[in-house]
Amino acid sequence: MRRTPEPIAWTGHVLILAVACIFPFVFPSPFMVNFGVLALFYAFIGQSWNIAGGFAGQLSFGHVVFFGAGAYASTILQVRFGVNPWIGLPVSAVAGGLVGWLIGYLSFRAGLRGSYFALITLAFAEMLRIIANSVEITGGGLGLLIPAKPSVANFQFPERVGFYFLILVLVTVSIAIAIWLKHSRFGAQLAAIRENEDAARALGINVFSEKLKILILSGALGGIGGCFFSQYFLYIDPIIVFGVDKSVEMLLVSMIGGAGTVYGPLIGAVLLAAISDTARVVTNIQGLSLVIYGGLLILIIAFLPNGLIDLIQRLTKRRPK
Amino acid sequence: MDSTILISAALNGLLVGGIYTLVASGLTLIYGVLHIINFAHGSLLMMGMFGVYYLLIKLRLDPYISMLIMVPAMYAIGYVLYKGLIGRFSSGKDENILLITLGLSIVLENLALMFFKGDTRTITVGYSDTMVELGPLLFSLPKVISFFIAMLLCALLGLYIKKSNTGKAIRAVAKERMGARLVGIDVDRIFAISYGIGVATLGAAACLLMPIFYVSPYTGHVFVLVAFTVVVLGGMGSFLGAVVGGLIVGLTESFGGLFLGESLGQIGISLIFILILLFRPQGLFGARG
Amino acid sequence: MLAVNNLTKRFGGLTAVDHASLIVPEGKIIALIGPNGAGKTTLFACIAGFLSIDEGDVQFLTTSVKGRPVHEIARLGMVRTFQITQPFSRLTVHENIAVGAFQRYRHRKEAFAYAHEIAQQVGMGSILELPAAGLTVAMRKRLELARTLATAPKLLLLDEVMAGLNPTEISEIVDVIKNIRAQGVTILLIEHVMQAVMGLSEYLYVLSYGKIIAEGPPADVVRNPIVVEAYLGHGATGGDSGHA
Repeated sequence: MRRTPEPIAWTGHVLILAVACIFPFVFPSPFMVNFGVLALFYAFIGQSWNIAGGFAGQLSFGHVVFFGAGAYASTILQVRFGVNPWIGLPVSAVAGGLVGWLIGYLSFRAGLRGSYFALITLAFAEMLRIIANSVEITGGGLGLLIPAKPSVANFQFPERVGFYFLILVLVTVSIAIAIWLKHSRFGAQLAAIRENEDAARALGINVFSEKLKILILSGALGGIGGCFFSQYFLYIDPIIVFGVDKSVEMLLVSMIGGAGTVYGPLIGAVLLAAISDTARVVTNIQGLSLVIYGGLLILIIAFLPNGLIDLIQRLTKRRPK
Repeated sequence: MDSTILISAALNGLLVGGIYTLVASGLTLIYGVLHIINFAHGSLLMMGMFGVYYLLIKLRLDPYISMLIMVPAMYAIGYVLYKGLIGRFSSGKDENILLITLGLSIVLENLALMFFKGDTRTITVGYSDTMVELGPLLFSLPKVISFFIAMLLCALLGLYIKKSNTGKAIRAVAKERMGARLVGIDVDRIFAISYGIGVATLGAAACLLMPIFYVSPYTGHVFVLVAFTVVVLGGMGSFLGAVVGGLIVGLTESFGGLFLGESLGQIGISLIFILILLFRPQGLFGARG
Repeated sequence: MLAVNNLTKRFGGLTAVDHASLIVPEGKIIALIGPNGAGKTTLFACIAGFLSIDEGDVQFLTTSVKGRPVHEIARLGMVRTFQITQPFSRLTVHENIAVGAFQRYRHRKEAFAYAHEIAQQVGMGSILELPAAGLTVAMRKRLELARTLATAPKLLLLDEVMAGLNPTEISEIVDVIKNIRAQGVTILLIEHVMQAVMGLSEYLYVLSYGKIIAEGPPADVVRNPIVVEAYLGHGATGGDSGHA
């Protein structure tokens, strides 16, 4: 059985990117562009979860904690200290990465794995939510409003499509990171850790250090997602950016699309955005799309644990990436 | 600070803690027997509470009376959930079953959102505002009633597990699954029963909580963390741990609110959870490893 | 290469390993044998850093490795296999071995090429693309061997590599091990399968109830009455045996 030769794989990546680039020109309506932004946004934060949860096997139920850290870091700097919002991007990455380091250091030092790790991330997210809800600088329960001053210099694109291309760049970077992980020594070691931590250790892999590194990277990406979110919606509060919903969405898109794969989160995200937008248009019932999505999660875990990507690749007879 | 305020906070914390114990005992039973972490515990409780709410609204059933309906109904729901869903996937990696129960909780919460909308509901009954006097202290009557019923139910549950034949079978399966199977115990049936009992405790807890709390599709989240904290603090699978843990968590919540205020006070629970997992993951009474 | 001095490991009241000492010279194949429950795997785990040592010391390449983390000891060149195989289930055979090879080569191309070589050396060259989860026990043992070999170790600790293999598979793996030694790797193995032990090892240590009760060339050790008694029970070597 031969591996898929590399040249074809490269063409595939370029093709997908090309489709994404033309998308807003083929479907220029505000509704569709918004759909595109939403889908890519979920793909980005999903990939943040995926590199830790899917690639390294460190499932977390509280991944929103990185998202919120980034959102608040960049928004506070902008709203309270007048710093240019573009600086928020690297700042949010650092914030997310720092939180990733903190949680990783504490949890992995204590030897937490599997379900215990998943739950402690939930508790950390909840803790930060409560803190954000209680202190002045975050605006407490009222949250923070970013004054609307549309201009590119102000990180508020006057045309929505500006946001589309920004998130597309971010998603492309995240996919590039995932591809790098698939081919690098680091990624191979993470896969080993995911499959069998003790065996990985016995071969000479510094499990603690590798897990910490990936959580920092994952946190940084999550933080950037938070910054983007703040600039797109111009309002954040503790429930939105530290609440369980985002954690669930980050996990869902990756698991349903295909955890541990490069394009899993993208596929899961497009599906989620599609279901969500369709549900909103067809009926006014809140919660319908997540009922469907939750049901999908159960079905996937039960029957298709490698995600939809596995199904797609079986249908087109390739080996899963 | 006035000592009566402190004592009042302490006693109120214990009263609520008793109900947390009931909620946690179901979770710890499920973990002890099936070795699964039932992430749907909070949303199942939330559904139960909506049940109590509608039993009152539509049938004018007092919440404490509706326990007679809720407990068997929730038991049946739990049993069916096990047979239909959980049981099929409870072998294999424990992260899978955690994800499946997560999926279940997502479905339940959003079904509730669809059918009941997002607003919070509270109930009022004739005695909602009645107070019980204890010296200079006043306690809400429903809280006191709920506490004693919760403790009674925990005692009954403990007795059942200890003395009854099914209880002994449950303990056997919890201790040594393979051995229990070898002596002829229908392990799968015990699993279903245990999951059913675990959900039934939520039915009872729902009846006890509705008079003193509120329900909305989001309360599942609140309860899940509380329940897990109690269980982790007390020790996974330890009944005594659930009792002690529940009371401690109730106290923490109460004192947290007293000293740190309404908003920040909630942090006590998450903090306990994190600290226990980092420094003593087996909890107070749990087994190591 | 390896010197274990008076290693002692206790679990509460039970002394699992009791002042055990052994020496593994470079380039040799040394075997550790003993009845079930003697503490052999515990001793291995202590040597390789998986369990903490209560008393005594382990010197690898003249430096003490007592108390060092597992992965550091592995990087120094002492790698162990597990009694119950621990494959990376969802990775292919090639990817499994490559994880080991990545300890030696930074880049994917070279690591995978080296892994390919190793795979051929142990006779798995034709099943590189198979997922590890689907392998037979014998193949999983070989995979475990190949994976540790790919790290380019100096000392290999093999824990009951032959367990669960039929005679053909045993003789195949004996050849593989001899080949590995021929490449310059030193080997310390735990084994129950006496045919393999006799054929492979140059020196034997016998562990019983945590203590080293005998050592020497294989032929001498198996005739030692103390050893026979440890395996077969008290009185097995004559004396007051009431049996035929």
